[in-house]
Amino acid sequence: MTEPVIRVTSLGKSYETAAGLFPALKGVDLEIRPGEFIAIMGPSGSGKSTFMNLLGCLDTPSSGDYFLDGTNVAHLDKNALARLRNRTLGFVFQGFNLLPRMSLQDNVALPLVYAGFSKEARRAAAREVLEKLGLGQYADSLPSRISGGQQQRVAIARALVNKPRLILADEPTGNLDSHTSEEIMALFGELNREGITIVLVTHEQDIAAHARRQVRFLDGHIVSDQLSGAPPA
Amino acid sequence: MMLKPMLGEAWMAMGANRLRTALTMLGMVIGVGAVVIMMAIGQGAQYAVQQTISTMGSNLFIVLAGSFTAAGVRSGSAGGPTLNVADGEAIAELDGVVHVAPTHQGQRQLVYGSQNWSTRVIGTTPSYLDARAWTIASGAAFGDSDVRSATRVALIGKTTAQNLFGDEDPVGKTMRIQQNPFTVIGVLGSKGQSLDGNDQDDTVIIPLSTAQRKVFGTPFLGSVRMIMVQAESADTMQRTMDNVESLLRQRHRLREGTPNDFFMRNLSAAAESEAETTRTMSILLGAIASISLLVGGIGIMNIMLVSVTERTREIGIRMAIGARQKDILTQFLLEAVMISFAGCLLGLVLGLGIALAINAITGMVVVISGSAALVAFAVAATVGIFFGWYPARKAAQLDPIEALRYQ
Repeated sequence: MTEPVIRVTSLGKSYETAAGLFPALKGVDLEIRPGEFIAIMGPSGSGKSTFMNLLGCLDTPSSGDYFLDGTNVAHLDKNALARLRNRTLGFVFQGFNLLPRMSLQDNVALPLVYAGFSKEARRAAAREVLEKLGLGQYADSLPSRISGGQQQRVAIARALVNKPRLILADEPTGNLDSHTSEEIMALFGELNREGITIVLVTHEQDIAAHARRQVRFLDGHIVSDQLSGAPPA
Repeated sequence: MMLKPMLGEAWMAMGANRLRTALTMLGMVIGVGAVVIMMAIGQGAQYAVQQTISTMGSNLFIVLAGSFTAAGVRSGSAGGPTLNVADGEAIAELDGVVHVAPTHQGQRQLVYGSQNWSTRVIGTTPSYLDARAWTIASGAAFGDSDVRSATRVALIGKTTAQNLFGDEDPVGKTMRIQQNPFTVIGVLGSKGQSLDGNDQDDTVIIPLSTAQRKVFGTPFLGSVRMIMVQAESADTMQRTMDNVESLLRQRHRLREGTPNDFFMRNLSAAAESEAETTRTMSILLGAIASISLLVGGIGIMNIMLVSVTERTREIGIRMAIGARQKDILTQFLLEAVMISFAGCLLGLVLGLGIALAINAITGMVVVISGSAALVAFAVAATVGIFFGWYPARKAAQLDPIEALRYQ
């Protein structure tokens, strides 16, 4: 049995609001093993976004523990969290979130800048990932010159460039048409087969169906956790 | 994050909104330009005053004979016979005294051929020329032997020479002072105006003994009206004056409690205060100009705050992919410093250009010193860091989740 890449125990997060302390997450337990492809679902306000922010080391929990790759990150300082986001995690967002003034290659290489790689190493790594995702010819273009689907592929390239253990994708197909969505999901499936663990947040059933495991959130709790056994796409 | 890619990014961010960057920079350009111009003018004024002072001779003071009263009429200072040549010789023996020149001067009419001209006649010893750093333009100075034997020789100032001799070379010519023929043996180098506006070149210098016997006459042989003394340095000036005072009191056998029978005046004090005034003025000019530098800095801060707000989402993305607070801080600080530096460089060029133009058009003396440029640069860097710090810190302390959700 392999060690889980993510293990959370009675993870809780509360926010200060005008009406008092609001518990967005009320003690969640979950294990994600290496190589899993998991979809997190739930209506808005169910706590899934809060959960993703905690998984992505963008936020720290109010209670409970979060083991990422065996280390408890619940109480790490901001610099250590930044380092984890840089080296261990890859983010893919709904809005692509590319920097508009930078070429695609520079966008992809940006995480390597913060990791302290040399210019040549950054260039080579960014090229390699872009080529792999079939975007090599656009390396020097600006994000505004390519389509939404291509922009999301660049964003995935950026998430991959540091060779992360885990990719966190927050509604990655939310801004795409159904055909492009299928292509992006196929790409995730491919990456998953190469061994990268993928956690996907979505509220669309057919998108979630690409994942082999679906976890549903409601009112800050996990209400169901099932293997769909869906065949790899 | 390494500095080099950050520099590139700061450059790109500056280029992204060129007009805004240029306007922000303009604040620094004007600020630094103003400082450079004001300092050039201020130092120019200081230099001009220094020049005037140096023509007068440095660290000089004079000892004047006391007044005397005859039939109820008081003579005024230097009227009495209380100083003599021997006093001068004794003063010369003191430590810290460089030159001592007993002098006797007055306004007299000069005659040469059909021309005549009234000027200040100074009877003195060769030390006078050294004390006042007076050069000889042509011919030669008289020596101590001329003073001993009271020869009738004269050194003539440039203005006097022009008025009396016109285009002729005065050296070797004979002119008359008080009916006595004097041979002109040298022309004095030009000194220009003194601080109080007198033409220092309108003068004639003759040996002291000759002056007393032939020109001014003196009721008491060997007495002098005034002794000019040059001290070693400005620092030892006061001590030397005190020493001279006690020496003269001793020589004149003055009891404790009786007033001095001579007067002492520090010639350099007036000049020093003049120099002090220009120094104060130049500091004031610089201070006023620095205010515009401050305003420029506030402009940078303002724009950086706007920029941080506009780029909130970008900051969120950078944080999500691994930028630490320090990286974000450095990035925005670098941008502020770059704007500040670029503005400073342009301001420096502009300031120098305008200072040179002022010099060319009005003829005003401007002094451009490397230290002024260096100060302006250091201030600009400080302003950039100081006013860039707050916006950069604000950017670095953004919450990544909030920043990603922005807009």
